[in-house]
Amino acid sequence: MQVAILHRICGVIFMLPNLNRLKELAISETGLIFDPSTGSIFTANATGVQILMALKEEKDTAQIKEALMNEFEVNENTVEMDIQDFLTQLSTSGFVKS
Amino acid sequence: MNVAVTGLNAVDTPGPGVPVVRCLKESQDFKGNVVGLAYDALEPGILDSNLLSSAYLLPYPSVGPQSLLERIRFIHERERVDAIIPTLDAELLNFIQIQKELSALNIHLLLPTEESLLRRSKTNLPKFAKEFGFKTPKTSLVTDPYKLNISEKDLPIFVKGIFYEAYLAYSMDDVSRYVQKISARWGYPVLLQEYIEGEEFNSATVGHEGNALGIVCMKKLVLTDKGKGWACVTIKNDGLISLTQKIIASLKWRGPIEVEVILSKKDHQFYLIELNPRFPAWIYLAKAAQINLPLISLQLALGEKWNDTSDYKTGVVFSNYTTNLITDLTRIQTLFTTGEIHYEKAL
Repeated sequence: MQVAILHRICGVIFMLPNLNRLKELAISETGLIFDPSTGSIFTANATGVQILMALKEEKDTAQIKEALMNEFEVNENTVEMDIQDFLTQLSTSGFVKS
Repeated sequence: MNVAVTGLNAVDTPGPGVPVVRCLKESQDFKGNVVGLAYDALEPGILDSNLLSSAYLLPYPSVGPQSLLERIRFIHERERVDAIIPTLDAELLNFIQIQKELSALNIHLLLPTEESLLRRSKTNLPKFAKEFGFKTPKTSLVTDPYKLNISEKDLPIFVKGIFYEAYLAYSMDDVSRYVQKISARWGYPVLLQEYIEGEEFNSATVGHEGNALGIVCMKKLVLTDKGKGWACVTIKNDGLISLTQKIIASLKWRGPIEVEVILSKKDHQFYLIELNPRFPAWIYLAKAAQINLPLISLQLALGEKWNDTSDYKTGVVFSNYTTNLITDLTRIQTLFTTGEIHYEKAL
Protein backbone atom coordinates (compact mmCIF):
# COMPACT_ATOMS: atom_id res chain seq x y z
CA MET A 1 0.00 0.00 0.00
CA GLN A 2 1.23 3.48 -0.87
CA VAL A 3 2.20 5.67 2.10
CA ALA A 4 1.09 9.30 1.92
CA ILE A 5 3.90 11.81 2.37
CA LEU A 6 3.33 14.82 4.62
CA HIS A 7 4.90 18.29 4.48
CA ARG A 8 4.41 20.92 7.20
CA ILE A 9 4.79 24.43 5.82
CA CYS A 10 3.88 27.63 7.72
CA GLY A 11 1.84 25.57 10.16
CA VAL A 12 -0.19 23.90 7.40
CA ILE A 13 0.09 20.18 6.74
CA PHE A 14 0.07 19.15 3.10
CA MET A 15 -0.41 15.54 2.11
CA LEU A 16 0.42 13.88 -1.20
CA PRO A 17 -2.42 11.36 -1.53
CA ASN A 18 -1.45 10.06 -4.93
CA LEU A 19 2.31 9.87 -5.20
CA ASN A 20 2.22 7.45 -8.15
CA ARG A 21 0.27 9.93 -10.26
CA LEU A 22 2.64 12.69 -9.22
CA LYS A 23 5.64 10.59 -10.20
CA GLU A 24 4.19 10.04 -13.67
CA LEU A 25 4.07 13.78 -14.42
CA ALA A 26 6.18 14.73 -17.41
CA ILE A 27 8.02 17.94 -16.53
CA SER A 28 9.98 19.81 -19.18
CA GLU A 29 12.87 22.16 -18.44
CA THR A 30 10.76 25.06 -19.68
CA GLY A 31 8.14 24.40 -17.01
CA LEU A 32 5.52 22.65 -19.15
CA ILE A 33 3.89 19.90 -17.10
CA PHE A 34 1.80 17.10 -18.61
CA ASP A 35 -0.33 14.73 -16.55
CA PRO A 36 -0.55 11.53 -18.66
CA SER A 37 -3.53 10.18 -16.71
CA THR A 38 -5.82 13.16 -17.36
CA GLY A 39 -4.22 14.97 -20.30
CA SER A 40 -4.03 18.16 -18.22
CA ILE A 41 -1.29 20.54 -19.23
CA PHE A 42 -0.08 23.35 -17.00
CA THR A 43 2.95 25.51 -16.58
CA ALA A 44 5.12 26.34 -13.60
CA ASN A 45 7.98 28.76 -13.01
CA ALA A 46 11.46 27.62 -12.06
CA THR A 47 10.54 27.47 -8.35
CA GLY A 48 7.46 25.37 -9.08
CA VAL A 49 9.44 22.99 -11.28
CA GLN A 50 12.04 22.54 -8.56
CA ILE A 51 9.37 21.87 -5.92
CA LEU A 52 7.62 19.34 -8.17
CA MET A 53 10.85 17.54 -8.95
CA ALA A 54 11.61 17.36 -5.24
CA LEU A 55 8.13 16.02 -4.47
CA LYS A 56 8.57 13.36 -7.16
CA GLU A 57 11.88 12.38 -5.59
CA GLU A 58 10.12 12.08 -2.19
CA LYS A 59 12.38 14.68 -0.55
CA ASP A 60 11.27 15.87 2.86
CA THR A 61 10.29 19.44 3.70
CA ALA A 62 13.71 20.43 5.02
CA GLN A 63 15.46 19.12 1.91
CA ILE A 64 13.08 21.03 -0.37
CA LYS A 65 13.59 24.26 1.58
CA GLU A 66 17.36 23.89 1.57
CA ALA A 67 17.49 23.19 -2.16
CA LEU A 68 15.39 26.27 -2.92
CA MET A 69 17.39 28.54 -0.59
CA ASN A 70 20.63 27.43 -2.25
CA GLU A 71 19.25 27.71 -5.78
CA PHE A 72 17.55 31.10 -5.49
CA GLU A 73 19.55 32.67 -2.64
CA VAL A 74 16.50 33.67 -0.62
CA ASN A 75 15.70 33.37 3.10
CA GLU A 76 13.72 30.62 4.77
CA ASN A 77 10.53 32.68 5.17
CA THR A 78 10.36 33.47 1.46
CA VAL A 79 10.96 29.85 0.55
CA GLU A 80 8.29 28.63 2.94
CA MET A 81 5.73 31.04 1.47
CA ASP A 82 6.65 29.99 -2.07
CA ILE A 83 6.24 26.32 -1.18
CA GLN A 84 2.93 26.98 0.57
CA ASP A 85 1.61 28.96 -2.43
CA PHE A 86 2.65 26.27 -4.87
CA LEU A 87 1.23 23.36 -2.85
CA THR A 88 -2.05 25.26 -2.45
CA GLN A 89 -2.21 25.64 -6.25
CA LEU A 90 -1.43 21.94 -6.70
CA SER A 91 -4.33 21.04 -4.42
CA THR A 92 -6.81 22.18 -7.12
CA SER A 93 -5.54 19.39 -9.41
CA GLY A 94 -5.79 16.71 -6.75
CA PHE A 95 -2.08 16.11 -6.24
CA VAL A 96 -2.02 17.70 -2.79
CA LYS A 97 -4.45 17.87 0.12
CA SER A 98 -4.04 20.42 2.88
CA MET B 1 -3.76 -8.39 -50.70
CA ASN B 2 -6.55 -5.94 -51.46
CA VAL B 3 -8.34 -4.19 -48.63
CA ALA B 4 -11.37 -1.97 -49.19
CA VAL B 5 -12.03 0.94 -46.82
CA THR B 6 -15.07 3.24 -46.56
CA GLY B 7 -15.53 6.67 -44.95
CA LEU B 8 -13.10 8.62 -47.13
CA ASN B 9 -14.95 11.89 -46.64
CA ALA B 10 -11.94 13.88 -45.45
CA VAL B 11 -13.90 17.12 -44.95
CA ASP B 12 -14.02 19.61 -42.05
CA THR B 13 -15.44 16.88 -39.79
CA PRO B 14 -13.46 14.04 -41.34
CA GLY B 15 -14.53 10.45 -41.65
CA PRO B 16 -12.21 7.73 -40.29
CA GLY B 17 -11.39 6.23 -43.73
CA VAL B 18 -8.29 8.23 -44.66
CA PRO B 19 -6.63 7.77 -41.23
CA VAL B 20 -7.41 4.03 -41.40
CA VAL B 21 -5.78 3.79 -44.84
CA ARG B 22 -2.73 5.72 -43.60
CA CYS B 23 -2.38 3.35 -40.64
CA LEU B 24 -2.38 0.36 -42.98
CA LYS B 25 -0.13 1.78 -45.68
CA GLU B 26 2.49 3.02 -43.24
CA SER B 27 2.80 -0.37 -41.57
CA GLN B 28 5.65 -2.64 -42.59
CA ASP B 29 3.32 -5.58 -41.92
CA PHE B 30 0.87 -4.48 -44.59
CA LYS B 31 1.73 -5.43 -48.13
CA GLY B 32 -1.08 -4.72 -50.49
CA ASN B 33 -3.41 -2.25 -52.13
CA VAL B 34 -6.27 -0.26 -50.70
CA VAL B 35 -9.51 0.11 -52.62
CA GLY B 36 -11.58 3.15 -51.67
CA LEU B 37 -15.33 2.79 -51.25
CA ALA B 38 -17.35 6.02 -51.25
CA TYR B 39 -20.92 7.25 -51.38
CA ASP B 40 -20.14 10.43 -53.27
CA ALA B 41 -17.83 11.20 -56.18
CA LEU B 42 -16.63 14.29 -54.32
CA GLU B 43 -15.40 12.52 -51.18
CA PRO B 44 -11.87 13.96 -51.16
CA GLY B 45 -10.13 10.78 -50.03
CA ILE B 46 -10.98 8.89 -53.22
CA LEU B 47 -9.15 11.48 -55.31
CA ASP B 48 -5.84 10.71 -53.59
CA SER B 49 -3.87 8.35 -55.82
CA ASN B 50 -1.11 8.10 -53.20
CA LEU B 51 -3.51 6.37 -50.82
CA LEU B 52 -5.61 4.18 -53.09
CA SER B 53 -5.12 1.86 -56.00
CA SER B 54 -8.72 2.37 -57.11
CA ALA B 55 -12.05 3.66 -55.80
CA TYR B 56 -15.68 2.74 -56.35
CA LEU B 57 -18.95 4.40 -55.51
CA LEU B 58 -21.43 2.48 -53.36
CA PRO B 59 -25.22 2.82 -53.20
CA TYR B 60 -26.37 4.92 -50.23
CA PRO B 61 -26.93 2.88 -47.05
CA SER B 62 -30.67 3.70 -47.13
CA VAL B 63 -30.99 1.63 -50.34
CA GLY B 64 -30.39 -1.51 -48.28
CA PRO B 65 -28.09 -4.54 -48.01
CA GLN B 66 -28.94 -6.28 -51.29
CA SER B 67 -27.82 -3.37 -53.45
CA LEU B 68 -24.64 -3.14 -51.41
CA LEU B 69 -24.01 -6.86 -51.92
CA GLU B 70 -24.51 -6.60 -55.68
CA ARG B 71 -22.15 -3.67 -55.88
CA ILE B 72 -19.47 -5.42 -53.83
CA ARG B 73 -19.78 -8.54 -56.01
CA PHE B 74 -19.13 -6.33 -59.02
CA ILE B 75 -16.09 -4.72 -57.35
CA HIS B 76 -14.82 -8.11 -56.18
CA GLU B 77 -14.84 -9.47 -59.72
CA ARG B 78 -12.47 -6.70 -60.71
CA GLU B 79 -10.36 -6.27 -57.61
CA ARG B 80 -10.43 -9.59 -55.68
CA VAL B 81 -11.08 -7.90 -52.37
CA ASP B 82 -9.68 -9.84 -49.39
CA ALA B 83 -11.13 -7.70 -46.63
CA ILE B 84 -13.34 -4.69 -46.05
CA ILE B 85 -13.02 -2.20 -43.18
CA PRO B 86 -16.28 -0.25 -42.92
CA THR B 87 -15.86 2.97 -40.93
CA LEU B 88 -19.28 4.63 -40.96
CA ASP B 89 -22.10 4.10 -38.44
CA ALA B 90 -24.90 4.24 -41.01
CA GLU B 91 -23.52 1.44 -43.21
CA LEU B 92 -22.68 -1.12 -40.53
CA LEU B 93 -26.04 -2.84 -40.31
CA ASN B 94 -26.01 -3.44 -44.08
CA PHE B 95 -22.53 -4.96 -43.89
CA ILE B 96 -23.55 -7.18 -40.97
CA GLN B 97 -26.56 -8.41 -42.91
CA ILE B 98 -24.49 -9.47 -45.94
CA GLN B 99 -21.52 -10.78 -44.00
CA LYS B 100 -22.29 -14.44 -44.75
CA GLU B 101 -22.48 -13.82 -48.48
CA LEU B 102 -19.25 -11.81 -48.35
CA SER B 103 -17.58 -14.56 -46.38
CA ALA B 104 -18.61 -17.04 -49.09
CA LEU B 105 -16.78 -14.80 -51.56
CA ASN B 106 -13.70 -14.92 -49.28
CA ILE B 107 -14.16 -11.29 -48.30
CA HIS B 108 -13.39 -10.93 -44.60
CA LEU B 109 -14.76 -8.37 -42.16
CA LEU B 110 -14.42 -7.89 -38.42
CA LEU B 111 -17.92 -6.90 -37.37
CA PRO B 112 -20.07 -7.05 -34.24
CA THR B 113 -23.27 -9.04 -34.21
CA GLU B 114 -26.47 -7.20 -35.07
CA GLU B 115 -27.55 -7.61 -31.44
CA SER B 116 -24.35 -5.99 -30.10
CA LEU B 117 -24.60 -3.18 -32.63
CA LEU B 118 -28.15 -2.34 -31.60
CA ARG B 119 -27.50 -2.63 -27.86
CA ARG B 120 -24.95 0.19 -27.96
CA SER B 121 -26.98 2.44 -30.27
CA LYS B 122 -27.70 5.93 -29.02
CA THR B 123 -31.32 5.04 -28.41
CA ASN B 124 -30.51 1.88 -26.43
CA LEU B 125 -27.46 3.21 -24.57
CA PRO B 126 -29.36 4.18 -21.37
CA LYS B 127 -30.86 0.68 -21.16
CA PHE B 128 -27.51 -1.00 -21.79
CA ALA B 129 -25.80 1.25 -19.22
CA LYS B 130 -28.43 0.51 -16.60
CA GLU B 131 -28.20 -3.23 -17.18
CA PHE B 132 -24.44 -3.32 -16.64
CA GLY B 133 -24.11 -0.54 -14.05
CA PHE B 134 -22.46 2.12 -16.20
CA LYS B 135 -23.39 5.75 -15.64
CA THR B 136 -24.84 7.64 -18.59
CA PRO B 137 -26.63 10.99 -18.97
CA LYS B 138 -30.43 10.92 -18.86
CA THR B 139 -31.65 10.63 -22.44
CA SER B 140 -35.11 10.98 -23.98
CA LEU B 141 -36.25 10.39 -27.54
CA VAL B 142 -38.15 12.90 -29.62
CA THR B 143 -40.39 11.57 -32.37
CA ASP B 144 -42.70 14.57 -32.57
CA PRO B 145 -41.24 18.12 -32.68
CA TYR B 146 -44.21 19.41 -30.67
CA LYS B 147 -43.70 16.92 -27.83
CA LEU B 148 -40.27 17.60 -26.38
CA ASN B 149 -41.13 16.54 -22.80
CA ILE B 150 -38.50 18.79 -21.23
CA SER B 151 -38.66 22.12 -19.41
CA GLU B 152 -36.40 25.13 -18.75
CA LYS B 153 -34.86 23.38 -15.73
CA ASP B 154 -33.37 20.70 -18.02
CA LEU B 155 -31.29 23.27 -19.92
CA PRO B 156 -28.67 23.29 -21.24
CA ILE B 157 -29.26 20.01 -23.04
CA PHE B 158 -27.65 18.17 -25.95
CA VAL B 159 -29.76 17.60 -29.07
CA LYS B 160 -28.36 14.67 -31.06
CA GLY B 161 -29.07 12.89 -34.32
CA ILE B 162 -29.43 9.13 -34.32
CA PHE B 163 -26.17 8.70 -36.24
CA TYR B 164 -24.47 12.08 -36.46
CA GLU B 165 -24.61 15.72 -35.32
CA ALA B 166 -24.99 17.13 -31.84
CA TYR B 167 -25.74 20.63 -30.57
CA LEU B 168 -25.82 22.06 -27.07
CA ALA B 169 -29.10 23.98 -26.65
CA TYR B 170 -29.35 26.75 -24.04
CA SER B 171 -33.02 27.69 -24.60
CA MET B 172 -36.26 25.93 -25.50
CA ASP B 173 -36.17 27.77 -28.84
CA ASP B 174 -32.71 26.31 -29.49
CA VAL B 175 -34.01 22.82 -28.69
CA SER B 176 -36.90 23.14 -31.19
CA ARG B 177 -34.59 24.57 -33.85
CA TYR B 178 -31.99 21.82 -33.46
CA VAL B 179 -34.62 19.07 -33.38
CA GLN B 180 -35.97 20.30 -36.72
CA LYS B 181 -32.50 20.75 -38.19
CA ILE B 182 -31.33 17.26 -37.20
CA SER B 183 -34.59 15.47 -38.10
CA ALA B 184 -34.57 17.08 -41.55
CA ARG B 185 -31.19 15.50 -42.21
CA TRP B 186 -31.20 12.24 -40.26
CA GLY B 187 -34.88 11.63 -39.48
CA TYR B 188 -36.43 10.68 -36.14
CA PRO B 189 -35.91 9.87 -33.35
CA VAL B 190 -33.82 12.81 -32.22
CA LEU B 191 -32.19 12.44 -28.81
CA LEU B 192 -32.23 14.90 -25.95
CA GLN B 193 -29.32 14.12 -23.65
CA GLU B 194 -28.58 15.61 -20.23
CA TYR B 195 -25.56 17.93 -20.22
CA ILE B 196 -22.88 16.67 -17.83
CA GLU B 197 -20.32 19.29 -16.91
CA GLY B 198 -16.82 17.86 -16.96
CA GLU B 199 -13.93 16.81 -19.16
CA GLU B 200 -14.36 14.57 -22.19
CA PHE B 201 -12.12 11.56 -22.71
CA ASN B 202 -12.17 8.98 -25.49
CA SER B 203 -10.74 5.55 -26.02
CA ALA B 204 -10.45 3.31 -29.06
CA THR B 205 -9.94 -0.42 -29.17
CA VAL B 206 -10.67 -3.57 -31.13
CA GLY B 207 -12.95 -6.11 -29.49
CA HIS B 208 -12.06 -9.78 -29.88
CA GLU B 209 -13.70 -12.66 -28.00
CA GLY B 210 -14.81 -10.38 -25.17
CA ASN B 211 -11.37 -8.75 -24.80
CA ALA B 212 -10.38 -5.20 -25.66
CA LEU B 213 -7.13 -5.31 -27.64
CA GLY B 214 -4.74 -2.38 -27.61
CA ILE B 215 -6.83 0.24 -25.81
CA VAL B 216 -5.63 3.77 -26.53
CA CYS B 217 -7.02 6.75 -24.56
CA MET B 218 -6.94 10.38 -25.56
CA LYS B 219 -8.13 13.77 -24.44
CA LYS B 220 -9.21 16.50 -26.83
CA LEU B 221 -7.05 19.62 -26.64
CA VAL B 222 -8.74 21.79 -29.27
CA LEU B 223 -12.38 21.60 -30.38
CA THR B 224 -14.02 22.78 -33.58
CA ASP B 225 -17.18 24.89 -33.47
CA LYS B 226 -19.07 21.59 -33.82
CA GLY B 227 -17.40 20.22 -30.70
CA LYS B 228 -15.23 17.78 -32.65
CA GLY B 229 -11.64 17.19 -31.63
CA TRP B 230 -9.21 19.14 -33.79
CA ALA B 231 -6.18 18.42 -31.65
CA CYS B 232 -5.83 15.57 -29.14
CA VAL B 233 -3.20 14.04 -26.86
CA THR B 234 -2.73 10.41 -25.81
CA ILE B 235 -3.19 9.71 -22.11
CA LYS B 236 -3.27 6.59 -19.94
CA ASN B 237 -6.18 6.69 -17.57
CA ASP B 238 -6.65 3.49 -15.56
CA GLY B 239 -10.33 4.24 -14.94
CA LEU B 240 -11.10 4.68 -18.64
CA ILE B 241 -9.05 1.61 -19.63
CA SER B 242 -10.94 -0.49 -17.11
CA LEU B 243 -14.31 0.93 -18.24
CA THR B 244 -13.46 0.18 -21.88
CA GLN B 245 -12.59 -3.44 -21.02
CA LYS B 246 -15.89 -3.85 -19.14
CA ILE B 247 -17.89 -2.41 -22.04
CA ILE B 248 -16.27 -4.77 -24.57
CA ALA B 249 -16.93 -7.74 -22.29
CA SER B 250 -20.54 -6.68 -21.60
CA LEU B 251 -21.33 -6.20 -25.28
CA LYS B 252 -19.24 -9.20 -26.38
CA TRP B 253 -18.04 -6.70 -28.94
CA ARG B 254 -16.23 -7.80 -32.06
CA GLY B 255 -14.38 -5.20 -34.12
CA PRO B 256 -13.39 -1.56 -33.77
CA ILE B 257 -15.15 0.74 -31.30
CA GLU B 258 -14.73 4.21 -29.82
CA VAL B 259 -15.82 4.94 -26.25
CA GLU B 260 -16.75 8.54 -25.44
CA VAL B 261 -17.06 9.54 -21.77
CA ILE B 262 -17.32 12.64 -19.63
CA LEU B 263 -15.56 12.73 -16.27
CA SER B 264 -18.16 14.59 -14.24
CA LYS B 265 -16.97 17.66 -12.40
CA LYS B 266 -19.74 17.06 -9.87
CA ASP B 267 -19.23 13.45 -8.77
CA HIS B 268 -15.89 12.55 -10.47
CA GLN B 269 -17.50 9.55 -12.18
CA PHE B 270 -17.27 8.57 -15.85
CA TYR B 271 -20.53 9.06 -17.78
CA LEU B 272 -20.87 7.09 -20.97
CA ILE B 273 -21.79 9.50 -23.76
CA GLU B 274 -21.53 7.39 -26.90
CA LEU B 275 -20.22 4.06 -28.11
CA ASN B 276 -19.29 4.51 -31.75
CA PRO B 277 -19.19 1.16 -33.56
CA ARG B 278 -16.15 1.87 -35.72
CA PHE B 279 -12.74 3.51 -35.69
CA PRO B 280 -12.72 7.17 -34.74
CA ALA B 281 -11.29 9.80 -37.11
CA TRP B 282 -8.40 10.27 -34.63
CA ILE B 283 -7.23 6.65 -35.05
CA TYR B 284 -3.97 7.73 -36.70
CA LEU B 285 -3.00 9.08 -33.25
CA ALA B 286 -3.19 5.54 -31.83
CA LYS B 287 -0.82 4.34 -34.52
CA ALA B 288 1.52 7.27 -33.81
CA ALA B 289 1.47 6.21 -30.15
CA GLN B 290 2.53 2.70 -31.29
CA ILE B 291 -0.74 0.77 -31.44
CA ASN B 292 -1.91 0.24 -35.00
CA LEU B 293 -5.54 -0.70 -34.38
CA PRO B 294 -6.62 -0.78 -38.06
CA LEU B 295 -3.81 -3.27 -38.75
CA ILE B 296 -4.87 -5.39 -35.74
CA SER B 297 -8.48 -5.42 -36.96
CA LEU B 298 -7.35 -6.47 -40.43
CA GLN B 299 -5.19 -9.26 -39.02
CA LEU B 300 -8.10 -10.50 -36.92
CA ALA B 301 -10.53 -10.32 -39.86
CA LEU B 302 -8.15 -12.42 -41.94
CA GLY B 303 -7.63 -14.89 -39.10
CA GLU B 304 -3.94 -14.03 -38.94
CA LYS B 305 -1.75 -13.60 -35.88
CA TRP B 306 -2.27 -10.07 -34.64
CA ASN B 307 0.22 -7.59 -33.22
CA ASP B 308 -0.60 -8.16 -29.55
CA THR B 309 0.39 -5.05 -27.66
CA SER B 310 -1.11 -2.81 -25.03
CA ASP B 311 1.78 -0.44 -24.32
CA TYR B 312 1.77 2.95 -25.97
CA LYS B 313 3.28 6.39 -25.60
CA THR B 314 1.45 9.12 -23.71
CA GLY B 315 1.82 12.79 -24.56
CA VAL B 316 1.66 12.15 -28.32
CA VAL B 317 -0.21 15.05 -29.85
CA PHE B 318 -2.29 14.94 -32.99
CA SER B 319 -3.56 18.01 -34.77
CA ASN B 320 -5.67 18.14 -37.87
CA TYR B 321 -4.56 20.59 -40.49
CA THR B 322 -6.14 21.38 -43.79
CA THR B 323 -4.29 21.27 -47.05
CA ASN B 324 -5.14 21.10 -50.74
CA LEU B 325 -5.22 18.10 -52.99
CA ILE B 326 -4.58 18.94 -56.62
CA THR B 327 -6.16 16.62 -59.14
CA ASP B 328 -7.46 16.56 -62.67
CA LEU B 329 -11.08 17.23 -63.56
CA THR B 330 -11.10 13.96 -65.48
CA ARG B 331 -10.88 12.03 -62.20
CA ILE B 332 -14.11 13.56 -60.98
CA GLN B 333 -15.73 13.11 -64.41
CA THR B 334 -14.69 9.46 -64.44
CA LEU B 335 -16.15 8.90 -60.99
CA PHE B 336 -19.41 10.65 -61.87
CA THR B 337 -19.88 8.82 -65.15
CA THR B 338 -18.53 5.35 -64.39
CA GLY B 339 -18.67 5.17 -60.58
CA GLU B 340 -15.07 4.03 -60.36
CA ILE B 341 -11.51 5.20 -60.85
CA HIS B 342 -8.19 3.36 -61.15
CA TYR B 343 -4.76 4.49 -60.07
CA GLU B 344 -1.41 2.76 -60.05
CA LYS B 345 -1.24 -0.37 -57.90
CA ALA B 346 1.42 -0.53 -55.23
CA LEU B 347 1.76 -4.30 -55.57
